[in-house]
Amino acid sequence: MKRILVLGGGVGGTLVANLVSRKLKKQIAAGDVSVTVVDATGTHTYQPGFMYIAMGGERAEKLNRPERSLLDERVELVVGQIERIDEAGKVVRLADGRDLPWDELILATGSRIVPEAIEHFDQEAHHFYSAEAAARLRKALDAFTGGKVVVGIAGMPYKCPPAPLEVTFLIESELRERGLRDKSEIHYCSPIGRAFTIESVSEMATPILEQKGIELHTFFNVESIDPERKAVLSLEGEELSYDLLILVPPHKGAQVVIDAGLAPGAGWLPTDQQTLNVKGKEHIWALGDATDLPLSKAGSTAHFEAPVVAERVAASVLGRQPEGKEAVYTGKVMCFFEVGDGKGTLLQFDYNHPPKPPKPGRMWHLGKIVFNKTYWHTVPRGRV
Amino acid sequence: MTTAAEYSVTRTIDARGSYCPGPLMELIRGIRESQVGDVLAVLSSDKGSKVDIPKWVEKAGHKLIALETRDGYDEIVVEKVR
Repeated sequence: MKRILVLGGGVGGTLVANLVSRKLKKQIAAGDVSVTVVDATGTHTYQPGFMYIAMGGERAEKLNRPERSLLDERVELVVGQIERIDEAGKVVRLADGRDLPWDELILATGSRIVPEAIEHFDQEAHHFYSAEAAARLRKALDAFTGGKVVVGIAGMPYKCPPAPLEVTFLIESELRERGLRDKSEIHYCSPIGRAFTIESVSEMATPILEQKGIELHTFFNVESIDPERKAVLSLEGEELSYDLLILVPPHKGAQVVIDAGLAPGAGWLPTDQQTLNVKGKEHIWALGDATDLPLSKAGSTAHFEAPVVAERVAASVLGRQPEGKEAVYTGKVMCFFEVGDGKGTLLQFDYNHPPKPPKPGRMWHLGKIVFNKTYWHTVPRGRV
Repeated sequence: MTTAAEYSVTRTIDARGSYCPGPLMELIRGIRESQVGDVLAVLSSDKGSKVDIPKWVEKAGHKLIALETRDGYDEIVVEKVR
């Protein structure tokens, strides 16, 4: 019996389990292979929806579904906290004492926010990286009657790179609609020397910031928050006062992969760009936010990585070479980008081809809304 | 800028193979963890680093000590000043 163990029931873990179980359905039926997903809660959350709790009338309960309902019937689901990954013994120990042995281990352990890494973050800064935080931001926006809005990034890398720019554009539109724009300043702080990491996207976004009267501060790496003076300070020595502060919290990889010695520093797994093998580990794979790949930490990345991991794991189990167009990951990512006023654009790129975002329009905004609503029936099941 | 003989590197950050803004972010992490007076050398194969990193160093008030093109990568040497 070959045991395939997937840690994490997010986009990547769910999709890869479904795809590999389809590829190995005969072997699973014969009892020669098992596919198991371990998830801490047993609930799958559509995280891109958090932003819309703050900005688009989305409700938190609509963003959750039972993980079981998204998994192929051949996949076993184990709900439990992972205590330890024993690489040498090829076993994962759960907090309740259960041991799960593996022959192929797929790490889809994601990323986590660590707002506590910056003093006063929780009391002073809003964010939209959890349903609760997004709901608090919505309340703060409802109570806002004008003043200085500062949006920034308190650590890189972080989930969904366009999100802070999208929120900035959406807030600007909302304040204009509510007649508060003349009473407000909006500042956008980027940690690097331009508005966005990818140059072509920066070239698209910068004129929109200018048009909307949003002040761009480059090389602003958040260092501390002064709650008494209501000011955010950068490592570079700049200081901005605020009435409403919105910061992307710092992110880290899962503690369990750090503790296992698989991921150094902030906890990103050293991952081969093409094979998605954890470097130097023949039977350990990584996808989604958990990797150290130079790509967006986004569901879309996991979505396009999952077929490659599924193919390579199936090939390893069957003792054959990976084959077809899913043998190698090309770095494909595709995501929608809101620019406010009911308009959006599309970012589509890979390792060798930077995005060429089309002129923002209504179609791409609607595309994002439709994608969000139909996600449950498409991505986790491998239908797109 | 000074020559290699005139400074001694406290810490080398090998960011080769990492893409923009990876090398800059690695330098920023290194600066945060260093003491004033420390000298950090960033090795980067990303062509953007030799433009981005000096701009950041100037804005952040540190000192660019050297920028040398090596075999397939650039070495950018920075002193933490404040």
